[in-house]
Amino acid sequence: MTATTEGAVAVAAPIRRRTLPPMTVKLAVGLGIAGLIILFGVLGPLLVGNPSTVRDVGLTGPGNGFLLGTTQSGQDVFAQLAYATRGSLIIGVVVGAITLLLSSFFGIVGAFVGGWTDEAFSLFTNIMLVIPGLPLVIVISSYVPNKSIWLVAAVLAITSWAGSARVLRGFTLSVRSRDYVLAARIGGEKRWRILLVEILPNLIPLLASQVVFAVIFAILGEAGLSFLGLGASGSFTWGTMLFYAQNGLALRLGAWWWFAPPGLAIALFGAALSLINFSIDEIINPKLRSQTRAERNKWSVKA
Amino acid sequence: MRYLLRKLAFYVVALWAALTLNFLVPRLMPGNPVDLMLSKLATKGPVTPTTRNAIEALLGTDTHSSLWNQYWTYLHHLVTGDLGTSIAYFPAPVSQVIGQTLPWTVGLIGLATLISFAIGILLGRAAGWRRGSWVDNLIPVTTMLQSVPYFWLALLLLFLLGSTWPVFPLSGGYDVYSVTPGWSLPFAQSVLYHGALPALTIVISSVGGWMLGMRNMMVSTMSEDFVVTAEAKGLTPRRIRSRYVARNAVLPSISGFAISLGFVVAGSIVTEAVFSYPGIGSALLLAVGNNDYALMQGVFLIITLAVLGANLLVDLLYGVIDPRTRARS
Repeated sequence: MTATTEGAVAVAAPIRRRTLPPMTVKLAVGLGIAGLIILFGVLGPLLVGNPSTVRDVGLTGPGNGFLLGTTQSGQDVFAQLAYATRGSLIIGVVVGAITLLLSSFFGIVGAFVGGWTDEAFSLFTNIMLVIPGLPLVIVISSYVPNKSIWLVAAVLAITSWAGSARVLRGFTLSVRSRDYVLAARIGGEKRWRILLVEILPNLIPLLASQVVFAVIFAILGEAGLSFLGLGASGSFTWGTMLFYAQNGLALRLGAWWWFAPPGLAIALFGAALSLINFSIDEIINPKLRSQTRAERNKWSVKA
Repeated sequence: MRYLLRKLAFYVVALWAALTLNFLVPRLMPGNPVDLMLSKLATKGPVTPTTRNAIEALLGTDTHSSLWNQYWTYLHHLVTGDLGTSIAYFPAPVSQVIGQTLPWTVGLIGLATLISFAIGILLGRAAGWRRGSWVDNLIPVTTMLQSVPYFWLALLLLFLLGSTWPVFPLSGGYDVYSVTPGWSLPFAQSVLYHGALPALTIVISSVGGWMLGMRNMMVSTMSEDFVVTAEAKGLTPRRIRSRYVARNAVLPSISGFAISLGFVVAGSIVTEAVFSYPGIGSALLLAVGNNDYALMQGVFLIITLAVLGANLLVDLLYGVIDPRTRARS
């Protein structure tokens, strides 16, 4: 039974190019969690009070009108979490966008043009790849005492685009040498048209997965930077929340409601994006989709 | 030989780029380190022009000579191994501070990464070989662990295993009260005991990436034709798995290992901050906290050199284990 349905899909698939991943459980869960967190980040700050308001209630647990309790200085943790979600998402989006631009420029354009441009772009990419990112970010941010959230995002993006540029370059090279691209070239299509209409659509799943990776990386990177005390000053992100919780000895005082939510939020959002990425991976690499021969054969090896 | 030369040429260019970046970053930043330090000092007491000259001399930032001359002086100092004097560890020279802290980082992070790599590859091999098995179903769990911010997980484990149930020590690289550093058994035991928890946190948070990569490559390689041939020849599944599939599937992970070394050294900064480990990451943070720009540049330089060196080593090794890379270039 499964064999026949699979066969039918295999026959039907080539007619329409598959650009949207099939709705699997993984994808649904990933989209659901990521959607809820984004919704919370967009709408949350409108519904809660000022996250910086200091009250004389001190460190209190959840309840008494505070959904997630209060910090040491009586600030509403839930309100802080709402603003922090917004801040971290902004960083993720900005880094994702810059990474997309830089990596497509250096990866796709370089590989498409070829020749010396490709050599130069590829050399530049590889150098950026081997220069360690976080230490560079730390060195750069230590020279700028008051950083805005935008500056932190820009620095993270500049140090993180190279990996995806390399992946994109490899894939573009393989697409560029396919017969249909050659046919389009002989057919006299303009170069920009070949790039945008013939090649780019094939790269969309790969671009999507690279952007998702960049967003996860940015949010984790920002959290690490903030934890070291080098994050954006005067704004709320998941990282700065953790920084204040750590400095306020939240763990020692058993204030889990202060320490746990930002970390869990990062973990949940990261896991949701990874689940989405799994589904995209199955489009990029069809071999991951079909059953493997070992599975069909029921090979069993006792290792 | 051509492959070798190309690789070496690339690393020479990369090294030059890193050195130049290290030179330019402090000079391109808004505000100069001397002003930053003076403004810090000014909050504590009056600052005289002599202080300014002293700090300029200390940092080697002679604002009167041209950028070009400064660059040559900088390169000359590097070649002679003179990295300047540290302020945070005054009056120790930067090179001495680095020499003391580097072995800790390389030992802890290097070992933990190797362990994580080995476990990840073995688990990934098992998961890719039999999809849908319990090992394969571990993947979402390890991915979740990977999305947890590292320091958050480390702090949580430190709190649970250090304070609540005191199984592991809370901080440091060895017991400073009872043992003295040297080639002795008690010292080695102390180092292992203090390094166990940091190493464990590194393995937990990084094993998922290796496992997923290896698993996906196993799955891809298994649909290659040469595996069908091997099967048709009647080879045992065990032989097919280790000699045919895993051997080819592990190649991208090995090159990924080189790239990850950069992130490893970077990650060590956070690890060492959490566990107060006496490595190079702690030195960098101390330098940042004290505006110790000479030490900061020195540490950045050493980290870059380490990453470049490791990459070069893996690249050369890769040329040996995968002849296709040599043929292509």
